[in-house]
Amino acid sequence: MSSESTGGRRALIVVPAWNEEEAVGDTVREIFAALPEADVLVVDDGSSDRTAQVARAAGAKVLELPINLGVGGAMRAGFRYAVRHDYDAAVQCDADGQHNPLEVKDLLAKLDEADIVIGARFAGEGDYQVRGPRKWAMKVLAFVLSRLAGTKLTDTTSGFKATGRRALPLFAENYPVEYLGDTIESLVIACRAGCKVVQVPAHMRERRAGTPSHSPWKASIYLFRAGFALLLALIRRWNVSVKAATPVVSEVSV
Amino acid sequence: MSLSAHIFAIVGSVIVLLGIIEMLRRRQLSEKYAVLWLVVGVLILVLTVFPGLLTWFSQVIGIQVPTNLMFFVAIVFLVGVSIHQSWELSRLEDETRRLAEDVAILRLEMDEKLKQKADG
Repeated sequence: MSSESTGGRRALIVVPAWNEEEAVGDTVREIFAALPEADVLVVDDGSSDRTAQVARAAGAKVLELPINLGVGGAMRAGFRYAVRHDYDAAVQCDADGQHNPLEVKDLLAKLDEADIVIGARFAGEGDYQVRGPRKWAMKVLAFVLSRLAGTKLTDTTSGFKATGRRALPLFAENYPVEYLGDTIESLVIACRAGCKVVQVPAHMRERRAGTPSHSPWKASIYLFRAGFALLLALIRRWNVSVKAATPVVSEVSV
Repeated sequence: MSLSAHIFAIVGSVIVLLGIIEMLRRRQLSEKYAVLWLVVGVLILVLTVFPGLLTWFSQVIGIQVPTNLMFFVAIVFLVGVSIHQSWELSRLEDETRRLAEDVAILRLEMDEKLKQKADG
């Protein structure tokens, strides 16, 4: 497959979606417009609305989870699908339209020199800003994880991430499903397994639907939970010796 | 409390705390339970290192025998934990049921597809 927009890779754009019927259709269409060669997999995380139908109508493959597993669980399902179907790369993209599909190209291009590429919100571009406890939490996380990764990371809680061939089987097995685990702990696991993590600047956009929470109380809880998640990730033992050949189904003949 | 009893109690609570941390490390305990048991472990350790705390606190709230305060708190806590576990268990049962239903439906749909293919 010669594909310019995905840098010659078989790329799977994974869109975890929970009750996103208002936004997911436009998001999928936008991804296809930006990356005609990529496949889009919407993981419907036990939605009670028409997320799955809307996504299917927009042309995406849809994985319907019968129960709500959270972002981490939805992404793990996506990674497992990517491994089973032998994709070269998986890119996480939010259903609410925060992540710009045009920037997926930048992430994929950077996969030439790394195993995981983070679309970072503070690295020069964009006007994403946070204050108070949330900012301190992010500072500490960025510091610790930069040390661990051996390269400068400024936005470790970004959901906008590209995962390459080497890290895919690792994440398909070990992707954390706990709160904040899908960002913080996943990076720790990747570093432990010797994967190279880098970042590229990314813009965040307004959400299509729903509003972000900004109360100071919630921010403090966030600080505590982020700290705990980091601590947990650092002391936990991970079996990072991933089987070289993970089971791959070559298109099931049904 | 004699010195040897004090040391025995401290060693015991340190073992409890280390056990919890080790379970966490081996990923046998998920985050939400981990916080709960870590707090309990630390609390037990603090109370064994400074037994005076318990006596002082029971005097403040007017309980004559400090151990009664401890028993009361422990029983309330354990009742709370078991109610919570029943709730989690009910939720898990419901989720397994839904998974079983989905597998059955998938199997039927797969069979029908295979049959269609064999016929066509």
